[in-house]
Amino acid sequence: MSAENAGTTAPTAGEYIQHHLHHLQKDFSFQNATQHSIVDFSLFNLDSLIYSVVLGALGCFFLWRAASRATSGVPGRFQAAVEILSEMVESQAKGVIHNATSRKLVSPLALTVFVWIFLMNAMDMLPVDAIPAIWHGVGPALGHNDFMRVVPTADLSTTLGLSTSVLLVCLVYNVKIKGLGGWLHELVAAPFGDKWFLYPVNFLMQMIEFTAKTVSHGMRLFGNMFAGELVFMLIALMGGVWAWQFNPLTGGFWLGFGHVVAGTVWSIFHILVITLQAFIFMMLTLIYVGQAHDSH
Amino acid sequence: MENILGLVALACGLIVGLGAIGASIGIALMGGKFLEASARQPELMNDLQTKMFILAGLIDAAFLIGVAIALLFAFANPFVLR
Repeated sequence: MSAENAGTTAPTAGEYIQHHLHHLQKDFSFQNATQHSIVDFSLFNLDSLIYSVVLGALGCFFLWRAASRATSGVPGRFQAAVEILSEMVESQAKGVIHNATSRKLVSPLALTVFVWIFLMNAMDMLPVDAIPAIWHGVGPALGHNDFMRVVPTADLSTTLGLSTSVLLVCLVYNVKIKGLGGWLHELVAAPFGDKWFLYPVNFLMQMIEFTAKTVSHGMRLFGNMFAGELVFMLIALMGGVWAWQFNPLTGGFWLGFGHVVAGTVWSIFHILVITLQAFIFMMLTLIYVGQAHDSH
Repeated sequence: MENILGLVALACGLIVGLGAIGASIGIALMGGKFLEASARQPELMNDLQTKMFILAGLIDAAFLIGVAIALLFAFANPFVLR
């Protein structure tokens, strides 16, 4: 760790990363709080909440504006982009869900999920230290902790919340399509067959399937975004070490060069990752809801 | 203490390395099959491409989650008592 000898006040590399992995946490009386166990329901991550709600509102606003200003004549660029997007989602939905009534709800849901997750992932494209540095000047002065993470999808609470909502939609459609009795019958009769002695095994398999689907759905998005954010932090650290040295032209001169090159390469690759992960989350949402329509 | 640090460093290397091997083999197999399939039936290319990208994301995800865990161990090591 060459950052240790960078200066008297500079943090070490490990401290820098740990500081940036901390959420701005509050308990339910809005006091500063710190998480002590992995699962802690007595507090919430204020930063993830604010960014996700603001970005969701922003996405809804832009889609609403495109829809309210839509013309049947020659569309503008923005309208054309939104039309391409919603047609793409609709065609994907048609391939998976063969029920026109359900598609009226599920296609817009998938579009919202795609746009929202894309916007949340795209917070990774901002300079990794920009907003935390602003918060460093503002937050402690107002009595808040000096922690800020700007990518809501790099927070397991957000992604598991999203995947649990998708699970709820799936359960609702299971009951709606098959009826409560039909669905309960499927729960105990589905993978292996309708024999009374197979009921416990079938039920166990169904529970495992629902749990695995939901957990992997959320973990996949979280893992990708968390890894991306961490790599951006390491790249920022390279530039930081270069700039903090007594003489940037000697010693770790190549760190500054590596900072620019690695930053460029990873940003370009990350554009693909954020779009792909948003798309996969949308597709899996559609596939899971589509599965709720299949009867065995 | 040093022992733990060394073992965690080795573990990080193994996590990233083995994960990279798996993801590379997966992507290579899938990409090759995609090229073969679209050479045989070019009219299916667009359909297959969407599915290929979905699968590429799924294959990549396991590897990237591994990278995230390895990086976390490297910088915020939970096995070392502070």
